[in-house]
Amino acid sequence: MTVERLGRDTYLVRLAGSWRLRDRLPSAADVLKMPGYVRGVRHLTFDTTQLGAWDTGLLTFIRHLIDESQRAGIEVDHTGLPADVERLLALASAVPTRGIVPEPVRLPWLGRAGTTVIETGRATVAVLAFVGEACDAFAGLFTGRVKIRWSQFGLLLYEVGVRALPIITLVGTLIGLILAFGAAVQLRQLGVQIFVADLVGISVSQEVGALITAIILAGRTGAAFAAQLGSMQVNEEIDALTTAGIPPVQFLVLPRMLALILITPLLTIYTDLFGIIGGGLVAVTVLDLSLTTYVTRLIQVVTMNDFLMGLVRASVFGVLIALAGCLRGMQCGRSATGVGLATTSAVVTSIVLTIIADGLLSMIFSVFRL
Amino acid sequence: MVMTPTAAPSADPDVRPRISVVDLDMAYGGLLIQRDISFTVRPAEIFVVMGGSGSGKSTLLRHLVGLKAPARGDVFYDGRSLWTADPAERDDLMRRVGVVYQSNALWSSLTLSENVALLLEEFTDLSAGEIRDAAALKLALVGLAGFEDYYPSEVSGGMAKRAALARALALDPEILFLDEPSTGLDPISARLLDDLVLDLRDGLGTTVVVVTHDLASIQAIGDNSVFLDTETKTMMAHGNPKALLADPPNPRVRAFLNRESVYQ
Repeated sequence: MTVERLGRDTYLVRLAGSWRLRDRLPSAADVLKMPGYVRGVRHLTFDTTQLGAWDTGLLTFIRHLIDESQRAGIEVDHTGLPADVERLLALASAVPTRGIVPEPVRLPWLGRAGTTVIETGRATVAVLAFVGEACDAFAGLFTGRVKIRWSQFGLLLYEVGVRALPIITLVGTLIGLILAFGAAVQLRQLGVQIFVADLVGISVSQEVGALITAIILAGRTGAAFAAQLGSMQVNEEIDALTTAGIPPVQFLVLPRMLALILITPLLTIYTDLFGIIGGGLVAVTVLDLSLTTYVTRLIQVVTMNDFLMGLVRASVFGVLIALAGCLRGMQCGRSATGVGLATTSAVVTSIVLTIIADGLLSMIFSVFRL
Repeated sequence: MVMTPTAAPSADPDVRPRISVVDLDMAYGGLLIQRDISFTVRPAEIFVVMGGSGSGKSTLLRHLVGLKAPARGDVFYDGRSLWTADPAERDDLMRRVGVVYQSNALWSSLTLSENVALLLEEFTDLSAGEIRDAAALKLALVGLAGFEDYYPSEVSGGMAKRAALARALALDPEILFLDEPSTGLDPISARLLDDLVLDLRDGLGTTVVVVTHDLASIQAIGDNSVFLDTETKTMMAHGNPKALLADPPNPRVRAFLNRESVYQ
């Protein structure tokens, strides 16, 4: 590119060679910065007789140059431009930049605070409405007002429960191993290796088994629920249920909630079992206890009460994970991004709610001296 | 203020409109989509809602089928208000309606037959065998005999569209809504779908409301229409599509119906 001054008040921009995006193109700013470009110049013309291959890189350059020149009060003569370039520039400038999306309004701090409060209130009402609707559907199940499609429910149980067994087996065993291993050195120093059965048995059956199961289900099942319902939202399947007069909460949320309420305690018992087996492996191989000693001690110290506390926890966690997963799925927007956000949010919400509920239940059990 | 439906601009003034839309404003939050929409749909009419992309056609359909509340105005079915009705009455009104969504919205975990049968199970007292036969008949009506046990993901786009139509017809609705039915269909499949809609209307006397910007389809099946304009955010024309094509009331309607660039 060369720039020449023609006469007293005209600039000629001569464009030659290849002008494609992948070439190292000069920017319009390079022309504008040239000494004396603006001062005294009234007209701008182009010479493109030596122009080679070009693409939208050239269009971008010329468009920018024209805009800046016109802003500086310089009249631009288009006659030197190739007809195709001229046509495409006309096309680009013909599209009106209409305000289909309104400019975002920047509110003062008080307005932002008020908006946040209102939005939080609306979100809270939406959550309460969803929980209320889910509870109503659950109650309807017992009065016969709400029906469940048992074939679909069976598939759901298989998906939520049976297919989770391998991961539960692995993680449950590892948790037992980790708990026992962590305490093994201290127990050996004190000569009370036998207490490994107390440590693993009580902690796993009371709390850790339920918590680990809940975290696995939050990541596996809660996320799946959110993704399934979110995809259905995107595909208008939930709209189709609504217009057909079938409440989506009854048709979609209730079976999932019921499945998790049933499956979480069962999987917790399974986790407890493998946690205890993991602890037993350490007791036998590291702490030199016999299997009989370990099992006998377990039977002595772990009570039915401990298991029941774990099962109560598991039932509560199951409800929370199902509600969080389904709620986030139902609240999903109408895009793939929305499904991703719903899934992430479902996992985070489930885990946070689980930990909070675990703390509260520990306090309740402590108050009642269970 | 109590709104009442206005009489349809019908050749027969005694015909009561099946649907009346009165002074409807549509908005998402503070963003106005369309305002002052008023029209009527007569029984057994094929009514087309047309307009460019983003003009609010599908949003209007969501207002008509009870999925989105209007910012102002109301929708009446046989003179009964949809948006001031209590939930039970609204459910009752919606029971008379079938909807074919733009994305088909077939329930992906159910087979085509189960998609149709679900509505029959929920809202009729038919036996399992009768429901199976009724679902098979609906699928056969749309040319899907033999595909009862296929899942939506196992059939082509055109077949899924027809299955969605069969599901919408499950309860023999008085009114059928179709949202962009020709989306994703080749011209021949789109034409076959148009013929099917005409056959169903003629055979069952169903009132049909089609939301589309498919010009061929508009001219092929439309008895009456409204044109929603993106620029002015309101209804620009109302009438028979052929009459609007022959004598467009303004340049934007002419440009749309003749596939002209409005920027020329």
